[in-house]
Amino acid sequence: MALLSFLFPSKPNTASMVKERLQIIIARERNGGGGPDFLPALHKELIEVISKYTRINPEDIDNSLARQGNLDVIDINVVLPDA
Amino acid sequence: MARIIVVTSGKGGVGKTTSSASFSSGLAMRGHKTVVIDFDVGLRNLDLIMGCERRIVYDLINVINKEATLNQALLKDKHCDNLFILPASQTHDKEALSEAGVENILNELVNMGFEYIVCDSPAGIEHGALMALIFADDAIIVTNPEVSSVRDSDRILGIIQAKSRRAQTGSEPVKEHLLITRYSPKRVAADEMLSYQDVQEILRIPLIGIIPESESVLHASNQGNPAIHFKGTDVAEAYEDVVARFLGEELALRFANYEEPNLLQRIFGAK
Repeated sequence: MALLSFLFPSKPNTASMVKERLQIIIARERNGGGGPDFLPALHKELIEVISKYTRINPEDIDNSLARQGNLDVIDINVVLPDA
Repeated sequence: MARIIVVTSGKGGVGKTTSSASFSSGLAMRGHKTVVIDFDVGLRNLDLIMGCERRIVYDLINVINKEATLNQALLKDKHCDNLFILPASQTHDKEALSEAGVENILNELVNMGFEYIVCDSPAGIEHGALMALIFADDAIIVTNPEVSSVRDSDRILGIIQAKSRRAQTGSEPVKEHLLITRYSPKRVAADEMLSYQDVQEILRIPLIGIIPESESVLHASNQGNPAIHFKGTDVAEAYEDVVARFLGEELALRFANYEEPNLLQRIFGAK
C-alpha cells in the first residue's frame, strides 16, 4: 500500500479549501470596512456582565465573527474558572 | 462620449499591463481612437510591453509639470494608427502625479477625440493606484484564480466603491468587470485551482473574460508586441472576446473548460 501511494501519489484537492478560506476572510474584511465594528465593545461588556457573577480573566473570553453561507455567525467562547 | 477604463488588481504580477496592452490594442483594431496611459510612475513597463521604449522623449509627469505638451508626449503605436501610448515617468517622484494634473490630461484627451482612455494602474492601493482609478467610468479587475489575488481584488473593489469620483459625487457607480487571467482549466478540473464560477461567486461582479495560462504571453512580452497580435493563439482570441464583450457583444465563454486530449493529440504531444 505504501509502495502504491509512493508510485501514484494522490494530489490533494485544495480548490474547495481556498474557496472557504476566501469567503470567510472577505466577509470579515467587508464588514470591517462597512458598518461599525461592535465586537470590541461587545467583548468589554461581556466581561463586565460575567464578572458580576463569577471571577474571570478577560483573556478567557473569546469572540469572533465568521460567515456560514448567507449567515453571519458570532462565536463566543467563555472559559469559566474552576470553582 | 469618451469612456475612461482603469485596469487594476491590487496585487502585482497578475497581468494588468499585459491586459491593458492587449485590451487597448483590441479597441484600436476595431477602429476606435484609443489611448493607453501608464500610471506606474517610477516603475514603468507598459512601454516595454508595447515595444515603444526607445522612442520615449517626454512622459506623463512632464505633461503634468507643463514641461511638454500632451502631443509631444503621446507615442503612436507601431501596429495601430489610432492607438497612442502615454508613458509614465521613470525618474520622477510618485507624488508628482497630482489629482488636478491627471484630471487636466484626461479632459484634454477627451477634447482630442479619444473614444477610450485606458489607465494601466500600478500594483498596490496607494497614491498611483488611486490616481489611476479615481476618474474611471469602467474598471477591469484583473484576478488570478489564487488566494491572495482574489482577496486583493476585493479590496480594490472596495476602494473603487468608496474613493472614485463617481462614488464621491453619488453619480452612477463605476461599472466593474472581472477579468480572470492565468486560468488553467486542467487544474480546475483536477480541483487544484479555483474555478471561474468560484471567483465570481466570491467577488460578485460580472465576468468579462477568461485568459488561459499560456506560453505565448511571455513570447509576446519578449518581443514587445501585445499578445492580442499573435493571431490564432488562445490568448489572442480570449482578448478579442474581452474587447467584443466590452463593446456590448454577447459571446459564449471560451477556454474555460478542460477537454481531454484525444489519441492523435497525445501522440503529437498536445499539452
